[in-house]
Amino acid sequence: MTEAAGEMQKKEAETPETGERTRASRIYAPQVDIIERKDDIVIIADMPGVDEKSVDITLEKNVLTIYGRVDAYAPENHRNFLSEYGIGDYQRVFTLSDEVDRDKIQATVKNGVLKLVMPKAETIKTRKIPIKAEGIGGVLNYS
Amino acid sequence: MLWSEMERLGRVFDPWSEFERMNRTLRRFALPSTVEFPAINMWVSENNAVVTTEVPGIDPNALEISVVKDSLTLRGSRQDEELKEGESYHRRERWSGQFTKTLELPFPVDAGKVEARFAKGVLFISLPRAEADKPRKIVVKSEQA
Repeated sequence: MTEAAGEMQKKEAETPETGERTRASRIYAPQVDIIERKDDIVIIADMPGVDEKSVDITLEKNVLTIYGRVDAYAPENHRNFLSEYGIGDYQRVFTLSDEVDRDKIQATVKNGVLKLVMPKAETIKTRKIPIKAEGIGGVLNYS
Repeated sequence: MLWSEMERLGRVFDPWSEFERMNRTLRRFALPSTVEFPAINMWVSENNAVVTTEVPGIDPNALEISVVKDSLTLRGSRQDEELKEGESYHRRERWSGQFTKTLELPFPVDAGKVEARFAKGVLFISLPRAEADKPRKIVVKSEQA
């Protein structure tokens, strides 16, 4: 048992969406990793119970919202005996910086893990400003 | 008389014990704040138990489920994303590493009939009660004299 996996509890999303919910379930904030790579930024989110059909990703201006719907599971003719975790939808909101190329965001879901690959915009990738050394002569003239 | 009266009052207004009592009451309604990973939900019927747990992103083939009488053990792991040169984490909240969890079932189960399914990062295990443990109805015969 490692420390990382030692104590984990689902956290409820801090800011539920605006307005009231019509579904009677809780909303949890998925745990995420955000990795910056050379050409893109990757968001990986743990959303157990979600597949590619039940996840919605919306981008409005620079606000990226991940929403995953989870259907409560309960076997028939059984009574609940132990409940260590709650079941509910997932939501998390991110504010993107300008460096992401919005049209090329790709999302995949596998085994309850959402992976968003957001390529960096071309302009950002090449925005390296070369610094030239000024000619010594010019400097001397003014001193 | 007076002393016993005071004592009674003292107990009633003791803010600390009052707080403790409230705390105990609240705890019963809340989910446990810390549980050993992975968290488990269990449902039980007379002859079957169903265990579910959320372990997204693991390799289901590397997951080990073992059953001995009335104890169930889950063993598995999940690797970190491997970063190459020039890559870095901005945020790192997801768990990684190995886990082992053993839990007690309400009855001994038939290990040969245990079924497990892994879908969307959720593991479902169905554990039928052992035949020998099932309650038996004994028919009372009436003697015809």
